[in-house]
Amino acid sequence: MSSSFRIVNGRVYDPLHDIDGVVQDICVKDGKIVADLPEDVPSIDVKGMIVMPGGVDMHSHIAGGKVNLSRKLQPEENRFDYLPKTSITRSGTGGTSPSTFATGYRYALMGYTTAMEAAAPPLSARHVIEELHDTPILDSGYFMVLSDNLMLFQLLKEGRKEEFKQAVAWYFNAGRAYAPKLVNPGCGQTWKHRNKQIVNLDDNVDHFDITPRKIIEGLVGAANDLGLPHPAHIHCNNLGIAGNYQTTLDTMRTVSGQRVHLTHIQFHSYRGKWGGKHLSAAVDITDYVNSHPEVSVDVGQVMFGNATGMTADAPLAWMLRNISKNKWVNCDIENESGCGIVPIVYEPDNYVHALQWGIGLEIFLLMQDPWRMALTTDHPNGGSFLNYPRLIRLLMDRQFRNEEIKSVNQKAIQNTILLDDLDREYTLQEIAIITRAAPAKILGLKEKGHLGPGADADITVYVEQDNKEEMFATPRYVFKDGRLIIQDGDFISDHEGKFIYVEPDYDPTIEDTLRPFFEDYYTIAFDNYAVGDQYLHRHQVIPTRDQLAVAS
Amino acid sequence: MSNETSQYIVENATCTFCGCVCDDMILTVEDNHITKAKNACVLGKAWFAEHTVEDRPYALIDGKEATTEEAVEAAARILAEARFPLVYGLSDTTCEAQKQAVSIADLIGANIDTTTSVCHGPTGMAFQGVGESTMTLGEVKNRADLVIYWGGNPAESHPRHFTRYAVTPKGMFTPNGRKDRTVVLVDVRRTASARVADIFIQVKPGTDFEVLWALRALVKGGKVDPNIEELTGVSMATLEDLAERMMHARYGVLFFGMGLTMTRGRHYNAGALLALATDLNEHTHFVAKPTRGHGNVTGGDNVVTWQTGFPMAVNLSRGYPRFNPGEFTAVDVLAGQEADAALIIASDPGANFPKAAIEHLRRIPTVVLDPKPTPTTQMARVAFTTATYGINTGGTVYRMDDVPITLRPAFPSPYPTDEEVLKAIRLRIRELLNLPEGAVY
Repeated sequence: MSSSFRIVNGRVYDPLHDIDGVVQDICVKDGKIVADLPEDVPSIDVKGMIVMPGGVDMHSHIAGGKVNLSRKLQPEENRFDYLPKTSITRSGTGGTSPSTFATGYRYALMGYTTAMEAAAPPLSARHVIEELHDTPILDSGYFMVLSDNLMLFQLLKEGRKEEFKQAVAWYFNAGRAYAPKLVNPGCGQTWKHRNKQIVNLDDNVDHFDITPRKIIEGLVGAANDLGLPHPAHIHCNNLGIAGNYQTTLDTMRTVSGQRVHLTHIQFHSYRGKWGGKHLSAAVDITDYVNSHPEVSVDVGQVMFGNATGMTADAPLAWMLRNISKNKWVNCDIENESGCGIVPIVYEPDNYVHALQWGIGLEIFLLMQDPWRMALTTDHPNGGSFLNYPRLIRLLMDRQFRNEEIKSVNQKAIQNTILLDDLDREYTLQEIAIITRAAPAKILGLKEKGHLGPGADADITVYVEQDNKEEMFATPRYVFKDGRLIIQDGDFISDHEGKFIYVEPDYDPTIEDTLRPFFEDYYTIAFDNYAVGDQYLHRHQVIPTRDQLAVAS
Repeated sequence: MSNETSQYIVENATCTFCGCVCDDMILTVEDNHITKAKNACVLGKAWFAEHTVEDRPYALIDGKEATTEEAVEAAARILAEARFPLVYGLSDTTCEAQKQAVSIADLIGANIDTTTSVCHGPTGMAFQGVGESTMTLGEVKNRADLVIYWGGNPAESHPRHFTRYAVTPKGMFTPNGRKDRTVVLVDVRRTASARVADIFIQVKPGTDFEVLWALRALVKGGKVDPNIEELTGVSMATLEDLAERMMHARYGVLFFGMGLTMTRGRHYNAGALLALATDLNEHTHFVAKPTRGHGNVTGGDNVVTWQTGFPMAVNLSRGYPRFNPGEFTAVDVLAGQEADAALIIASDPGANFPKAAIEHLRRIPTVVLDPKPTPTTQMARVAFTTATYGINTGGTVYRMDDVPITLRPAFPSPYPTDEEVLKAIRLRIRELLNLPEGAVY
């Protein structure tokens, strides 16, 4: 296929440029979208079809240590869900933790071309990067868990704010991460010694004389000071616990006025007596987010069926294990973090599961500004990313949604406002925002999520259907970097996606502070810790605010 | 670096001999061999001293000297024509080479298996059943106050495990090192490791499962058969004492070896131990970890898992991965006379597999990659001499605790790397099979 071509006669949805279903041509040259091309370049006629930027999943657990443990843990899922090889693509297995190849191919088959791994400690950066390299087609990067990092705790404890920021920047460069991730800040340290669990943001973190609030302030501040393209990405404390919406509000208020992203907000939007029966706090949470433009969220929708609890929030995984008594993995990562894994099945007749499902939908329907929200299931925690087409149908098709609402636990539904007057139906343009334009914008990926000149030529073409689930599950064409990858569900070519990361500037003298800590408490040599260039393959460094200013 | 007369030092080099993957080697290199390996244990010293560049053929085809290119052609033809090829080994090479091997297996619809199936394969199966509470080794150094070794002899198999990770090192919450820890050894005989232990518990051979199950009962507050001592050789008082210690540890660790996985009970033993560690989390923090043997056997598990979904015993003959230990494990596809060709990378089944499996290996055409001549290379149709990982090559290995480490080569080898040979074979097979362009992986 030619490196220059034109996609003609399609109805284009490009929210960033306010193009809402207008018939116009898209010109592609050398992997990028361009303003125009000579008349004689080849064209692909997509008359009557819908043209969108490739999908962007901003929070998904697809690669690295914990994902691989989850694959190992669940052969029962992989056995019955496989992806055969073709003459050009590799085989794989699926389930809620697909093999790397199946992950890339299945996202692409759904029209998604970018996905970010949501949590990895720097110690396993190489592992994440190696797996992402084996994840075809997708452009990807990862968020680095820094909220239980004992080196950073020491600096925070001693009030060495500048060195704290420098150390964060150093970890980013060493691990080639994209964004800082906070996961139940402070939980890891207390978990590993089974001291009293942290409940309030002002509870003391065992041994370090700091609090979750200090960790949140420190990392949100450092991310903004460093001018990272994506701000601190927060999985709040107390995930899943009734009454936790107070913690969520407290977290947002703590960094009020500063740019911040709260992830899988559904899991943090529960009213009810502390630790007792869950009720919905979707209204409380969306009221706050609606009136605070510095906050963005992704939903973390629960979908019924198989899922896997897979999280750096190790005490949460233990809590889930004690509910289900299912097989359980825990892995403590020295000085940095940990993870927990538990298989989950979400049942429509289960009160809590149905309520979680309902709260997610409430949040989608109550959020006023789609530009500050991304569609996610926190794959595979709320369910596989393969549920996205169905979730889109729930948002676009009120009649379908109401039928589904009637088929789940009604006590749960009565504790939501879903049947009151939430009759909103998402438009195609709004879907294009929450699955493409908004996550790209929230991530700070300027070449993603739109179809204007300069964008990566990641393009999905759908045939419009009344059944939006079928429509979004089966794109007619998927282009990546200007190459036709998929046509009618068949792979035309394979493709290596890009690895995306940041390189914030730092003062190299910070190594004098870090090296002794490594020598005392790590088991890998300081000089062997940073990820070398040989792991990068196709890659792109996204500039920080200051680097952009210097460049221009 | 290639100046043969000079002497130089390579710091922070990694020893890939065992699963400890110590990355603090200081290697002195003279005239293309390592004359000194500071910080290495006795096994590591031997590993570094023995891997010099020898004057050997690049390849042998039917025992006759050949170029690497000729051998690639012969290997590709054998593998492309095979109907039930086996790909096996992988535990002593880099992840980069492992990826190429899985790719070849996918391409030709092979059965792929690693040496995991003959060491901690049962642990992998137990993991699938009950999960695992585990950790990186630094957590043991920093936190553990109770360290139990079960069915293994690290003093001889992983000599630096005690000093670098688990027994003597001082850590953040173990400022006094050895004094802050209680060390227990459980085994069927008093090995060299017993010298390190505060408590040695000798179990009758073949009764590990019963001892572990009794401990589970005690930890759960259940009753134990009063005949337990007669059955296992371990007294009730000893069991109760150990259970108490485990429940009251601050951060407890169970390391276990092939004494559990390769004796009667196998994955039941490993499963009992992993379940015991999980149970103990209802009382305190407790973790478990198999002390893996080969330098990158853990990398093999990781690569095969992320590419196929399963850690070992994977059959790709239907065009997608299927997993079935006992059927698709290397010993079984050989002893059952199913494989009609084999690609063996960095392992020596010709020396250590059961007789029936070795006999079949002799019958079928095999392609073998190894830096050294071995019984397996000697029975090969095509044998490649390759560079030694970690000594002559860079690349990635995973420590027994899944921590990935980048290798620093000490001196160059005239021989190609496993990765280079495997990639060349893969590309040639694609040509022989007339597959279209456009493939990436």
